[in-house]
Amino acid sequence: MHALDRKLLRDFKRLWVQGLAIALVLAAGIAVILMSVGMSRALDDTRAAYYDTNRFAHVFASARRAPLSILPDLRAIEGVAQIEAQVRAYAVLDIPGRAKPATGLLISRPEGEAVLNIPLLRSGHWPETNSEVVVNRPFFDANGFALGDELSVNLNGRKRSLTISGTALSPEFVYTIGPGALMPQNETFGILWLTAEVMDASYGMSGAFNTLGLALLPRTSVAPVKAQVKAVLDPYGATTPQDRSGQQSNAFLDAEITQLRVLAYVLPPVFLLITVFLVSMVMSRIVQLERSEIGLMKAIGYTNLEIALHYLMLAGLIAALGVGIGWLAGSWLALAMARLYAQYFDFPFLVFGVPLSVYAWSAGIGVATTSLGALRAAFAAARLAPAVAMAPPAPPRFQTNLGDRAMAALHLSQPSRMILRALLRWPLRAGMTLLGMALAVAVLVASNFFPDAMEEIIDSAFYQSNRQDMLLLFDPSAPVSAVEDVRRLPGVMQVEPQQYYSARLINGPYEKLVPISSVSASADLARVVDGTGQAIAPDPSGVLLSDRLASALHVTVGDSITVSFESGLRETHQVPVTGVVTQFFGLGAYMDETALNRMFRQSPRLTNVNLTLADPGAAEEFESQIKDFPRLVATINMTENRQSFLDTLSQNILVVTTIYGILGTIITVGVAYNATRVQLSERARELASLRILGFSKGEVAYILAGEVLLLALIAQPVGWALGAGVASLMTSGFSSDLYAIPLVLEPGTFARASLIVLGAATVSVALVARRLNNLDLIAVMKTRE
Amino acid sequence: MSQDPEIVFRTEGLTKTYQTGDVQVHALAGVDLTLYAAELTVLLGQSGSGKSTLLNILGGLDHPSKGRFWFKDRELTEASDRALTRYRRDHVGFVFQFYNLVPSLTARENVQLVTDVARAPMTPAEALDLVGLSHRMDHFPAQMSGGEQQRVAIARAIAKRPEVLLCDEPTGALDSKTGTQVLDTLRHVNEAFGTSTVVITHNAAIQGMAHRVIRLADGQIESVRVNDTRLAPADIVW
Repeated sequence: MHALDRKLLRDFKRLWVQGLAIALVLAAGIAVILMSVGMSRALDDTRAAYYDTNRFAHVFASARRAPLSILPDLRAIEGVAQIEAQVRAYAVLDIPGRAKPATGLLISRPEGEAVLNIPLLRSGHWPETNSEVVVNRPFFDANGFALGDELSVNLNGRKRSLTISGTALSPEFVYTIGPGALMPQNETFGILWLTAEVMDASYGMSGAFNTLGLALLPRTSVAPVKAQVKAVLDPYGATTPQDRSGQQSNAFLDAEITQLRVLAYVLPPVFLLITVFLVSMVMSRIVQLERSEIGLMKAIGYTNLEIALHYLMLAGLIAALGVGIGWLAGSWLALAMARLYAQYFDFPFLVFGVPLSVYAWSAGIGVATTSLGALRAAFAAARLAPAVAMAPPAPPRFQTNLGDRAMAALHLSQPSRMILRALLRWPLRAGMTLLGMALAVAVLVASNFFPDAMEEIIDSAFYQSNRQDMLLLFDPSAPVSAVEDVRRLPGVMQVEPQQYYSARLINGPYEKLVPISSVSASADLARVVDGTGQAIAPDPSGVLLSDRLASALHVTVGDSITVSFESGLRETHQVPVTGVVTQFFGLGAYMDETALNRMFRQSPRLTNVNLTLADPGAAEEFESQIKDFPRLVATINMTENRQSFLDTLSQNILVVTTIYGILGTIITVGVAYNATRVQLSERARELASLRILGFSKGEVAYILAGEVLLLALIAQPVGWALGAGVASLMTSGFSSDLYAIPLVLEPGTFARASLIVLGAATVSVALVARRLNNLDLIAVMKTRE
Repeated sequence: MSQDPEIVFRTEGLTKTYQTGDVQVHALAGVDLTLYAAELTVLLGQSGSGKSTLLNILGGLDHPSKGRFWFKDRELTEASDRALTRYRRDHVGFVFQFYNLVPSLTARENVQLVTDVARAPMTPAEALDLVGLSHRMDHFPAQMSGGEQQRVAIARAIAKRPEVLLCDEPTGALDSKTGTQVLDTLRHVNEAFGTSTVVITHNAAIQGMAHRVIRLADGQIESVRVNDTRLAPADIVW
């Protein structure tokens, strides 16, 4: 080993605490890269592989009842490679030994092999007789079924007992979410595959279909195909065909991938920037301290390049340590994410960990980051003229300026003046130290606002808008008298009928397919609530839109939009936008119930019923009876919905705030510790002189700690502002058609962030200040600087 | 000294001016000098007389402001940084007042710093043996006395078998006894290898061991004297 390399290793060993403090900051950046970039790619790749193998369709269409005879027309559309027609329906399930009703999406299984959205059999066999059913694996597991178990399905009014013959997974249901649910509830929502014969007979679909999947040839433009499919299906009660972005499960996966990518854009640059600064600060100091060694190496005949490389390699060792720790932490984080995905996403195989290429280029980024930081110092070392290097450095120039006059006017003590003068003498360094700690505050603010935002979401969505215990979805043919029948069931307190219609809202080139809900003047259970918690009734003259829907359509109050209903009478109306309301889930649109009935020239009717129950004890009795209710297609237990959302959230928020707390602490320690160490190194002689002159240890520690702690204090408001900015960026980045996160910044968020950063800064500074105890006064005075 | 000795260094009107703040300092004010192969020269002068500046220029660590100088037949006055680096690496050994050992490297490794980049070096062990430190090879600078550290520095300087050895106050930080050991080592190297050796010092007592003594004052040569009889380092006392 070359002597210079040995010097390198020993220098690093001597500097290991400082090196580690920097490496941890770098490691945090690398870890977040591995987790966010790695897992977004892993998720993307896994999904792509699954979709590819199981031929996930490109276009999804549905109709009320379309004859199979039009399939050749659909197949003939240019760009269509394959099609698959099915019959699908929601149904209430009755699971033996369980009071609670469940909801199932029933899918007809074709005679031959499936060609698109091919379900993957996980156990057992496909239904061979009309009394067999295959269920999706998560539903099977959540209910503790065994093959051969039976369950009852309300097949369009006729209850039929089916035997579970197998389990399956499907690319259409990676994120399996029932109607009206916010997250997967596998116990109460299942996918059921039945023979086509049973489905045809039960739903009167012989020779017909109501669901269509289409695969397209490569490089086919989707929009024209959608338009042609719609044209062919239109006479049969078609809804607007959707591409993959409108497919629910796929849309949730998209949202998750987007979140990870937003994280990748926002967080790692912060850590890398701080690493550059820290390496630059420490390396500059090292080069200053090693002036005479640099002079010596030049005298011996080492080239400028060799000397510059020597210092770059020291930074390279920090990179190696940081990348190593970052890989470990990142792999662990990625694994934790993969476990989480296994819980929420139903893939037939594990989501692969971080791709190897991401490991490779994250290491490249690590080395580039520390090299960038060390570049200035390495250049300085290379440029140092040998004769100058051998001589001691000139003392830094201090000048009296405005600041000094201010200090004199304030009658500051000499130690305080030393602190302030150092700040003014090295404004760039002071500025970067301040910025570093401000970024730590910002990271904490930007992560800690999540719980408050969630609280607002929960309050708005569950306790203000949707206050029902249960939501019952009915067949459109259900009579309005069903409300009274429901009211008579045991335990029922409040009942409210409501109507949902699927509709396309169109404003010129902008178009969204959304559910329009009716709101009655007396609505109490399912209300529309604005940002201030006030219930709003939609104006009878028009439609009330959620804010994200309004901005997606580029409309404001007073504009007129085209509403093309895809259920009910399927009419198209021109409707004014009479209001916009802030909402966090979905893209809601609301119309006054009476106005809606008048528009459709219909008597009052319902598609769903909201209800509250007297007490939890009554629920069981109610649930056992509701299962056999006529024309009921699905039940949604909102109380359970709420609970599972809260449970998941509280669990995830604890993990997330802990991780970000660690990240903020790492930044603070990295910045504060290194800044103080460099100070100690620069001021050792000065501080020792003061001790010899009779200053106490405390007074000397004050000078050492004062500068960094003063900067930490000034960094707080800067960090609050930065954090609010980052949080606002993140909320807009996370926003999708599925949900939005409100920007809720409570004073407590800022206080918590500041507490952590000031605490970590104080501990870091104290650790360095302890070294003052070991200050060998005589040795320091003898050292030649 | 042999007849018609080979010339190692030659300077013509060598001048060096430093700008310190608003003040111009003439460190060298026209030095004409010739140094010969295998010669041990002592450059004597008060601090500020310009001896270190002269040594730095001869050693390729600094450029003159005016004048010219040659190493053997090669003019180095306008030599590029790269050429000077090459020149230092191949031909010059330095010994400094404060030893300038790398504290994180052992004696052997400090010497290895040179042998790693030199063209035909001796081994670090040989070099340390020459200065009588073969028993201290694996010690770090902090574990050695000042005299020992300076001998490691000499071993490091001679390990590349340089043609010239430039010593800047090599005994300046040492007491008389250890200083004598260091001077003895320098003379031994000079005699054994025929290395031209320049020792600059403000300590007049050292001049007795030189072949020639050059006095500098105010950046100019004040006098040049040839010693007819040389003192052994052991006989030098200060």
